[in-house]
Parts: sequence; structure tokens; C-alpha cells
Amino acid sequence: MRTISHTLPWVIAVVLVLVAPHVFGSGFSISLLCRMAIAAVFALSFNMLMGQGGMMDFGHAVYLGLGGFLAMHVMRAADAGWWIPTPALPIVGAFGGVVAAGLGGLVVSRSTRTAFAMITMGLAEAIVALVLMLPRLFGGEEGINADRSGGPPIFGFDFGSPLEAYYVIAFWALAAAGLMFLFTRTPLGRLSNAVRDNAERVGFLGYNPGRVRYFVYMFSGLFAGLAGGLQAINDEIITSANIGSNAAGAVLLMTFIGGVGTFAGPVVGAVVVTLMQMALGTVTEAWQLYNGLIFIVMVLWAPGGISGIILAHAPLVRSGQARRLVPSYLTVLPGFVAALLGTIGLSENAYRLQSIRGGSPPGGSIFGIPSDPQTMTPWLVSLALTAVGLWLVARTAPRARAAWLEIAGGTQA
Amino acid sequence: MRLRTIVAAAFAALMACNSTARADEVIRVGLIDPMSGAFSVAGRLGEQHFRFAIEKANAGPLAGTGKRLDLTIYDNEVSPEKSLTMLRKAIDDGVHYIVQGNGSNVAFALSDAVAKHNKREPNRAVLYLNYAAVDPSLTNDKCNWWHFRFDADSDMKMHALTDYLVTQKDLHKVYVFNMDYSFGAAVERGAVSMVKDRRPDLQVVGVERIPMGKIKDFTPYIAKFQAAGADTIITGNWGPDLSLLVKAAADTGYKGRFLTYYLGSRDVVSEIGIAGKGAAIVGVFYDNIDQPLVRQWTTEFEKRYDNTFGSWTAITSMMMLAESIKKAGSSEPLPVSKAMSGLTWDSPLGPITMRGENHQMLQPMFVAALDTGMAHVFPDVPLGFRGIGRIEGKDTAMATTCQFPNAP
Amino acid sequence: MDQLLLILLNGLVYGLLLFMLSSGLTLIVGMMGVLNFAHASFYMLGAYVAFSISTLMNFWVALIVAPLVVGALGALVEQYGLRAVHKHGHLAELLFTFGLAMIIGEVIQLIWGRWPVAYRVPESLDFPLFSIGGTAYPAYRMFMMGVSLFMFVVLYATLARTRLGLVVRAALTHPDMVAMLGHNVPRVFTMVFAGGCALAGLAGVIAGNAYQTDPGMALALGAIVFAVVVMGGLGSISGALIASLIIGLVQTVSIGLDMKLSTALGRIGLHVDGITALSDVWDISINRAAPVVPFLLLVIILAINPRGLAGSRSS
Repeated sequence: MRTISHTLPWVIAVVLVLVAPHVFGSGFSISLLCRMAIAAVFALSFNMLMGQGGMMDFGHAVYLGLGGFLAMHVMRAADAGWWIPTPALPIVGAFGGVVAAGLGGLVVSRSTRTAFAMITMGLAEAIVALVLMLPRLFGGEEGINADRSGGPPIFGFDFGSPLEAYYVIAFWALAAAGLMFLFTRTPLGRLSNAVRDNAERVGFLGYNPGRVRYFVYMFSGLFAGLAGGLQAINDEIITSANIGSNAAGAVLLMTFIGGVGTFAGPVVGAVVVTLMQMALGTVTEAWQLYNGLIFIVMVLWAPGGISGIILAHAPLVRSGQARRLVPSYLTVLPGFVAALLGTIGLSENAYRLQSIRGGSPPGGSIFGIPSDPQTMTPWLVSLALTAVGLWLVARTAPRARAAWLEIAGGTQA
Repeated sequence: MRLRTIVAAAFAALMACNSTARADEVIRVGLIDPMSGAFSVAGRLGEQHFRFAIEKANAGPLAGTGKRLDLTIYDNEVSPEKSLTMLRKAIDDGVHYIVQGNGSNVAFALSDAVAKHNKREPNRAVLYLNYAAVDPSLTNDKCNWWHFRFDADSDMKMHALTDYLVTQKDLHKVYVFNMDYSFGAAVERGAVSMVKDRRPDLQVVGVERIPMGKIKDFTPYIAKFQAAGADTIITGNWGPDLSLLVKAAADTGYKGRFLTYYLGSRDVVSEIGIAGKGAAIVGVFYDNIDQPLVRQWTTEFEKRYDNTFGSWTAITSMMMLAESIKKAGSSEPLPVSKAMSGLTWDSPLGPITMRGENHQMLQPMFVAALDTGMAHVFPDVPLGFRGIGRIEGKDTAMATTCQFPNAP
Repeated sequence: MDQLLLILLNGLVYGLLLFMLSSGLTLIVGMMGVLNFAHASFYMLGAYVAFSISTLMNFWVALIVAPLVVGALGALVEQYGLRAVHKHGHLAELLFTFGLAMIIGEVIQLIWGRWPVAYRVPESLDFPLFSIGGTAYPAYRMFMMGVSLFMFVVLYATLARTRLGLVVRAALTHPDMVAMLGHNVPRVFTMVFAGGCALAGLAGVIAGNAYQTDPGMALALGAIVFAVVVMGGLGSISGALIASLIIGLVQTVSIGLDMKLSTALGRIGLHVDGITALSDVWDISINRAAPVVPFLLLVIILAINPRGLAGSRSS
């Protein structure tokens, strides 16, 4: 039983990965899937530090970037005739990442908490600036590029087409995830948990917490570099933007939204945040506002992330108790939906109004419902929906929470 | 099955309502530029210019051809990475013509990705029409057949600027001041070599690059200009890095002349205010060009969008695209690209040619200086550009190292 | 001589500007332990609010009212957001401010538009005060320096010399004890956060018109304020001032050095020209590297002492 419950998620993951590009077959979807896979590896490597090691790394993108640059240089060499097959590039990236993290770790791993976060931030800022000053190595602003189909073909595949590249990326993403999972089971993985929870006691046990942090940092850099290698294959270009603070901020969002407390959390976060960043913008102008709102709502009411919510309910579903929760959860739903619709209405109208001031034709619609932001009605309706919705949620949520506490408490007891 | 019939019927009804569009073949143009975040102002301004330009192209060269251009917007947040995903989306949406202008880094990524895509999927080829990214490499060592540039590259602009410098005998010492990235480096290279070549008596007293968007206080740099005795500053800076520079100069009483690439932007001019008087710009357009059609368009644009008309290359790119489609008798990228390569169009500002050797537009270029008492002035500031130099399109051609690796 | 004086003065001006920009953050990070990523957003908000007030009334009203508005907003954020998040730990607090920064950035664009706004230096301060070696010094710059010093004095005096400061510092280390003594600890935190936001707002009022008020100004502020706060040592106002002045002076001096790195190293007896693989590195002139300097300093100082220059505690 135990092995089944352990292997089942992995089997599902493999099947999903194999099937996904055939269900979502458009070029855009495959591009999104690749980004999700890369982001998932990156977020998992980040969570090795943040979730499992208690280290908040503001400069983690440096290792993805440096790994990516090294892989890209090797890809160029392959284009020039060296025998290096494209699927091997992530190993190069991992090598770049681990070497860079080995050096960076010497500087940062002595620090903890805020000092650690800040020193990684300073290091990252300095490295980004340096990268831009060394155009021969890093290609300046435009970065460096290569052709992934320029390497030697393997079984007749040159990996030029997006689908072939996807399978390379997906294979490595799964492999990396598996290895990172195994890492949590190693003594070093366990020790890093212990250092996070109480470094002093680990010290008393005879281990050097600084050294534990250093090795975890190196392994984390290795997988970030591997993600960089995947990025090199996917984009066929690496630029300084891949190193910068934006990339570092994005991985923090992913990991948190997915949930730091579980192994699979960052993967969920990578999928959700990639969708929010890449796809939401094609649907609505207000996407950055929604990003911020979703984020705040998550921090306030679901600090365990998406996987935290799932984790809180999984035992209840398994024991069949979840059904008892449905009625009390349903009472929250109308208020939630009303508040959601109201907020969307307010935001969309605000952005629409701004576009109209910028010369777009007047009028507009939300979900096909005509809504002219230059009149009062849409504003009043949205405002009313939001207010009523929030009021309803405030009324009903405590009871739903109480119901959960009662039932969950019951199962645990 | 029934649903599909209903949708089809609804669609047909919709098309019937819009009688002008009924028989038209829609040719989709995708604008990939920043539409959200801190740089969205540039992308939004581009969007307005392209809506306007497409309207003119549909009413002009494409009128009566049964074809019309249609604009779709893709937000890339000036990130090369996101631009590549948006390119995929655009290709899915059936876009054959990509337009982009903000950020040479994005331009390189797109140019490279378009070339690879067209090689791998020739039957879904796309053309990349670059309206504002001016790194010379794009039409030299990194050129490719599918990239067409409508703005003058930074070397051409520098060449035009030195044409003007040759006539200014009262300037003696020049300081070359740029942002530290590929474009700034290109401006610097061009300035140093061309000034040496063409006005050897003009002394380059300083060469400096500053990190993009990181400097708040430019006073120490102004002090360096003073100390070096520079009477002329050549700068490719843009945005706050330009306005803060000129403002700091005014605040500290520095009297040198600024010769710039990007002073024409409304935000920069209104930030600098009246202190900008005398500062000059080199480019393919300025607001007070004395030509009736241009004046009419400028007025129409500003009335509609409450914004300053400035991206002339939006007009030239869409007009040239329309002319190429007409000439090729097809809307497929391959024949259109062949038609566009080497095409000459009589623009309101004089004949312009898409140079066949490297797909770089040759067009009249101007040097203009901010002055008071002009017919057209910027909002909030009583300044407008006065033309002080013009170079004909054929004289702007420069030696190119371009060998198309992928010419069809 | 004039040159040296000019460099020192410019360094001092820039250093004090940095202190002004980061003083609010010092307060919040130091006293509450919250890495406030929305600091730059409150700074931007201060500039925009001041713009609106100064168009309606005048700059002097804005100077007083805008920081109060931003501070009040900060109080609301603390009371209804941050406080609820506090129990989930520092990471959640940090992420909360992260989301807040995104929202403030978007809302500012919705209210004031995407273009820079015409927020200008008041005419009464828009004149050259004196000049050194042909370089004029605008009165407004001196005014900025004055405000920055004023901020330092008030902050320092309040925290180190008053009963209120004592309660604030005690509430941080021993909240239960302080509560037991009859102080309202949550309210102390609300006040600290509001105070930090008001200081950020004040910096926005002062810097927004000297530089540029646009939706990108929060982003442009970047990580430098964190460098100041951490380098100075968490919770140390005087440490932050020292760090600001060091960064200001070092950066201004390095702007004045056009020397290539290889030449500079040659002066001290290291001849590196032969190592051509790194010629890109040797070709960097020191002035180009100036903006990296604060971050290198930060890394070096933290690597030596995780508490920073004058910090009383490490995290």
C-alpha cells in the first residue's frame, strides 16, 4: 500500500506530462507547458532552500542564469560542430549552477535569516551588473543565442520542433523532480530540515549548521542550473533578464502560492503562476492587479498555499468525511462568487475607462454583458456585488471554518 | 452540431451587419510591446500609432484590394522571454506580421526566433517589422531575411548628426555620454569614430557610460562635463536618464548643447521644461515638419488620442507593408518579403527605400532643435522642434556587413 | 580644490538623499522585522499624492499633508492586513508587502495615468543658492539635505531619547512583558508601520519633484534602500545614516575616476594586462562600476559581520 501511495503521484505526473501536449497542442500551449516544467524545476530547487532549509534566497535566479549561459555556450559549440547532443545540455547547466553556487555559498552560507536574504540580494545585484559589463561572455543586453537543432541528431531527432524540445524538457523536469524528492530522504536533506528548525541543537549534535547550509545551497544551485539548461533549450537564447530580480521574485511567488510545506507545492505554484503571468495577460488588461490581489488573498487566508488547502482536506476526503463539509462550504460560495464578480467588474471598468481616455472607442463589456464605464450603473452594480459578497463571506466563513475544525478534529482524534 | 450551426449563423449575421468587412481578407498584424507594468506607456503609445497607421494603410494602398490589415496586441513587458511566448501565441492566432520596437534585447530575441521558426515551419512563416529598435547589428552581422527595420539605425543617426556637426564651427569639445547597454555602446562607438573621421578638429574630451535607470543624481556627471570643458554632449539616453540629465544641467547652470536621439518623447520634454530649449534631436521625424499631409495626420492623431504624434515609422512600416502586399498580389509572408525587399515608396517626406542588401530603410533624416514660437508645441511646455538640418534618404546608406544567411 | 569640494558636496547630497529614501524602511525593518517590499511603493504614493495636493493648493501644504495621508494608509494596511499575517511569520509578512506593491503600482497607474505627472519644484525654492567652480547649487538641493537631516534628528531623538522609543524597542524584544506593563503592543506596531510609511511618503514628496514622478519610480528605487538599511545594521538609525554617507561618497568619488581597472591595479603593483581572457573585466573603468559599489560593500560587510555596521541584532 505504502509504495502505491508513494508511486501513484509520480505515475500520474508522468502520464500528464506525456499526454498534455496532445490535449493542448497549439504552439502557445506547448510553449506554456515548457515554461511550466522549467519553472517547476526552478521552484523546487528554490524550495530546497526556502521550505526545507529555511533560507530565503533573493538571488536564486543567478544560478539559473549562469547555468543557462554555460549551457548556451556549449550549445553554440555544438552548432559549430562539437559532438554534444541537445538533450545533454541540462547536465552542463547543472554543472554551471553547482560551481557558481559552490562559490556563492562560501560568501552567503555563514549568514542566517534576514542577513542571508539580504546578502543574497546584494550578491545578485552585483552579479547582474557584472554580467552586463562583460559582453564577451554574456552578450550584453541581447544575451547569447544558439540553435538547438544544430547539435548531432539522436535517433533522427534534431530537437528543433517545439514538440521534440518539449519532450526533452519534460524528461529532465521529471528526472530533476525525482532527484530532488530523493534528496529530501537523504541524511543531508533531513539535516537541512533540522537546521531550519533549530540550528543550535544541530550544532550540539556535532554537525556544523553552516556546512549543512553550504551543501544544501550547492545542491539547490545545481538544480537551478539544470533549469537554466532547460531554459536554454526552450528559448534558444539567454539574457541578463533571466538572472535579474524579476526572475527571483517570480520564483518566490510560485513557491509560496503553491505552498512551501509540501514537496509538490512549488510545482503547483509554477503551473498556476506561469498561467497567471503568461496567459492571464492575453485575456485581460488588469492581470497585474489580479496577480497582486490573488497574492494578498492567499497570504491572508491560505498561507499554506494551494497545496496547504489540499493537504487540509485530503484526510477528510480519504475518510469520507468531506461530504459533511459540503453544505457549510456551499453557504460561503454565493458571497465569494459575488465578491469575485464585483471585484472583476470594478477592475475591468477601471481599466476600460483608462483605455477610453487613451483614445479607445467608448463602451465595453464584461463576460459579454454590456458595461459602459462612463455611466454609473456598472460601477454601482460592481460595488454592490463586492460589498454584499464580502459581507456574506464575513457572515458565513466562520461557520464553515468551525465545521472544518470540528470534522478535521474528529478525524485526528 | 446544433451549437455549431447557431454559432455559424450568428457569425454570418455579424459579418453581414459589418458590410464593409464582408468580403475583405483580414491580414493580422501583431504588436508585441510592453502593455502593462512600468514601461507600458511606450507600448500603449505604439498601439495608438499602429491603430492610426493601419487605418491610413487600409484607406490608402489597400483600398479596393479586398484586403485589410487588423491589429492584435501582445504584452511582453519588455522581457525577451515573454516575447518568445507571445510570438508563439501570435503565430497560433494566424498573425503573419509581427511588429515590435521597444528594447534591442527583445528585438534580437525576436529576430532570431522568427528566423528559426521560418526555417522549421516554412508554411507558417512570419515577417518581423521592427519600427524602433536601432542596434546596428540587426542589419549587419546579425541580419536575417525576415527582419525589416523602418527606423534609422544608431550609426545612421550618428552619421546624420556629424553631417550637422560639420556645419557647426563654434563647437569644439564634445563629451559622449550614454547608457551602459548594447545601444548606448553602439552610439558611443559611432560617435567617437565618426567625429574623429569627419570633424577631426572637434575634440572628444570624455566618453562615459552609466548604468540604465540607476542614477538619480546627475550632478556629479555635470561636474565632469564642466571640468572637461565640454560644450557639446552627444547622448543616446532616453526616458528619465535623459530628462534627469538635462534637468541637472539646467539646475547647475551648465550651458553646453545636448545632441540627443530621444528628446522627441513627450514625457521627456515635459519633464525638462523650458530648460530644454536649444537641445537637438536626430531622427526620421520631428513634430513641425512642414508638409500638409503630415500636419493633417499629426493634428488628427493628437485630437483623437490626446497624445503627441511621434512614431513616424509606424506609418512607414504599415504603408510599406500595404504596398508590398499590393505589389506581391498576396498576403503570404514569403512573396510579401520579396516585394518589400528593395521597394521604394513615395512618402509624404520624400522617397523611401527598403534597402535590399540588409533590409534597412533608407529615408530622409532630420536634425531639429527645441525652440519657442513654433506652430506645434508639446503639451505643458511652449517648445516645439525647429528643423535645422535634412539629409536625403539615399545619402544615409552606410556600408553593411550583412550577408543574409537565409535569403529565399 | 574646487573639484574636491564639489565631489565631497555631491557625495554628501547623494548620501543624505539615500538616507531620506531609506529611513522609513530602517524603522520598519529594524523595529518590526518586516522586510517591507512595498516601501518604494509608499514612496511613489507620497510623490503622487503630493503632486495632486500641490496642484490643488501648494507645495507646502503637500509637504505636511501627503506624508500624513501615506502614513494613514500605512496604518490601515498594518491594522487590517499585516497584523493578520503576522502570526504566519516573517516570510508571510514579506510576501504580503510584495503583493501590496503590485497593487499600489497598478492603482497609481489607474488614478494618475501611465505618463509622468508634472510635479515641479516650488518656485520659491527654484533658484541657484551658490556656486563652486562654475557649478551652481540649486536651493532645493540644500532644502532636501535639510529635510533629510531633520528626519534623522527626529527619528534618533524619538527612538533613543523618549519614553515612546523605549516602549517601541521593548515591544519588539519582549512584547508580552510590555503588554503586561499596560501598553497596547499592537497599537505600537501600527504606529511604527504608519511612521515608516509616512517617512517613505515624505521622501516621495521631496524627491518626486526634484527627479521624476512616474509609474516606474518605485522600480527605479530598487534594492539600494535595502542595501543601506542592512549595511547600517538592522534597527540602527545612525548606522543607516553612516551607511548612506559611505555609499554616497564612495559612489560619487568612483564616478570621478575614469581609470580602467587594469590601470588602477597597475598603480598598486598588480599587472594584469597579460590575462587576456579577462580583458572585459580589466577594461571596465571604475566610474562604470560605481553603481555596483554599494552592493559589493553590502556583501563584504555582511560576510564579515552579519549584524552590519552598527546593528544590535542579526535578524
